[in-house]
Amino acid sequence: MSTATTIPTSQRNSASWLSRLGPIGTLLSSTKARIGLTIVMVFVLAAIFAQWVAPGDPKKFVGAINKPPSAEYILGTNPQGKDVFRQLVWGGRLSLIIGFGSAFLMTTIAVVVGMIAGYYRGWIDDVLNFIMNLFLVIPALPLLVLLSAYLKPGTATIVFALAITGWAFNGRIVRAQTMSLREKDFVAAAVVSGEPGLKIIFVHILPNMVNIIVGGFIGAVIYGIMASTGLAFLGLASTQDVTWGTNLFWAQNGGALMIGAWWAFLPSGLAVALVAFGLALTNYGMDEITNPRLQAESMLRRVAGDLFARSVRATPVVPRTHEPTA
Amino acid sequence: MPYLVRRLGFYLAALAVAITINFFLPRLLPGDPAATILGTSAGKLTQDDLQRVRDALGLSDAPLIEQYGTYLVRLTQGDFGVSYTYFPAPVTRVISNGLIWTLLLGGISLIFSFILGNLIGVIGSWRRGGVVDTVFPPLLIFIGSFPAFFLALGLLYAFGVQLDWLPISHAYDTKLSQGFNLTFIGSVAQHMVLPAGTSILLGMGGWALGMRNVMVSVLAEDYVTMAEAKGLKQLRIMFRYAARNALLPGVTGLGVAIGSILSGQILIETVFSYPGLGFLLIYAVNGRDYPLMQGLFMMITIGILAANFMVDILYTWLDPRVRAA
Repeated sequence: MSTATTIPTSQRNSASWLSRLGPIGTLLSSTKARIGLTIVMVFVLAAIFAQWVAPGDPKKFVGAINKPPSAEYILGTNPQGKDVFRQLVWGGRLSLIIGFGSAFLMTTIAVVVGMIAGYYRGWIDDVLNFIMNLFLVIPALPLLVLLSAYLKPGTATIVFALAITGWAFNGRIVRAQTMSLREKDFVAAAVVSGEPGLKIIFVHILPNMVNIIVGGFIGAVIYGIMASTGLAFLGLASTQDVTWGTNLFWAQNGGALMIGAWWAFLPSGLAVALVAFGLALTNYGMDEITNPRLQAESMLRRVAGDLFARSVRATPVVPRTHEPTA
Repeated sequence: MPYLVRRLGFYLAALAVAITINFFLPRLLPGDPAATILGTSAGKLTQDDLQRVRDALGLSDAPLIEQYGTYLVRLTQGDFGVSYTYFPAPVTRVISNGLIWTLLLGGISLIFSFILGNLIGVIGSWRRGGVVDTVFPPLLIFIGSFPAFFLALGLLYAFGVQLDWLPISHAYDTKLSQGFNLTFIGSVAQHMVLPAGTSILLGMGGWALGMRNVMVSVLAEDYVTMAEAKGLKQLRIMFRYAARNALLPGVTGLGVAIGSILSGQILIETVFSYPGLGFLLIYAVNGRDYPLMQGLFMMITIGILAANFMVDILYTWLDPRVRAA
């Protein structure tokens, strides 16, 4: 942040240290994003190192059913007599793979379709925009339910179905941004120098909308995790897999809540909520950095103090002093 | 109004696509679709079973285009076949029973979450850094992060099981006979508190944050400063001047919100055994009731398209610029 002249020294130091990390550093300069990413990383690391965090087979029957948390079983056992802690950690692995995997697919489709539509305009845009609007109005969850009723349940099916139903939202945002970027001089220069359209799209325009794409990706991960958990809870995913959703499905199936075995429920549900919350916080943090008005607001508060900022209705826009990455 | 005509054309095209999806999905399965469908569930199946599934899905040996024609004709006659699980009730009757409850629950959830969320957004942006602005947004984001069914189960456990304040399943007391009297309406309202409460809690955050961010820009406009300079009452500036204009992007989002409310509602209805379309859909899927499943998907899609069209009409009424374009 080069507009840091009025910010106390301690903050300036940390800001310049962070700015050396590039875009990730910029992101980390937001408190919201830092908290959000920390929460998400805890779950990601636990999922990666599952065999050390929670050694043992999560599907194994370990003993008496519905045992409350104890020294032996940190989070107790579920109605099927399985270790809840193991299920939580191992379930995170597959849930996160589904979430990130489907988000990757969704974002790829959204970027390709959205950018081509926004760049070429004309009939190509008409057709692609129609398809995007179509996927936006056709209800996602009912279609997902229908797809999973016909297709063989499995991780690949879920990822595929999520990608099909969820890409259009970001596609439209990418399209809008491409339409405004294509009017810039650097695009005109590339066109005049005779570069092919696809190269202009992906080499020149794409790097300028990384923020939007990353934001969309994060939203897509949230959608992927939430929707797959919902489907699994409804019993529409493969019930043999261990995911946060199937954990909740089995807990519900065994009537855990009705007999008061809250420990079979809370961990997996809370994990989904925390990951989604962490990702949402990261997105809001990113918004604050990239939206000049929100940025001005936090700066105003830092500089002028809470009292003053509160009495000011309008927020000035701070001009962006750092150049966008070209 | 050419704008509305164009929108109507789009929705009709979307409907055609949804019908086509419904038609082709079972036919895309490899091999004999009927056998594949039954094969995942059943041990022994007779030729009779297979034929029944084929009939229900309109599968035959006729060329695809001819089957599609028959399918369309049956649809226009409102013939979705007979439900397996509610045999011998026709699919249309099962759906119309569910539709009332879904509309009631969805409508009430949408209205309350829209009003409450936008109010929080307006008040929060007015006193930026105040209590409403610092407490609600993070709290609502956190609540919104819970899967719909999990929040529903939490409320069910707390208020239905532990405290035993509210009924935990069905849309009304089944001992009562349906009718337009106070006891019955009271029972319906009582049964609605938990499912609608879940939906409202989940939906509010999006409205509040969206409204707040738009208000931040609108409040910076000159006409708001002018209104303050004139010494107009704060409430008047807040709602008649600022919020009114800040509401527009929210109304555009209404169409998408209806879709997402309905998605959440499928899970909420399932948790509370609330007899709406979502509950029926899951019931149909679990019971492998293909005619009902297909009819429901069709009905839900039509409902969402119709809702979107109504939002478009509302939008032309709110924003005169659209009418001119």
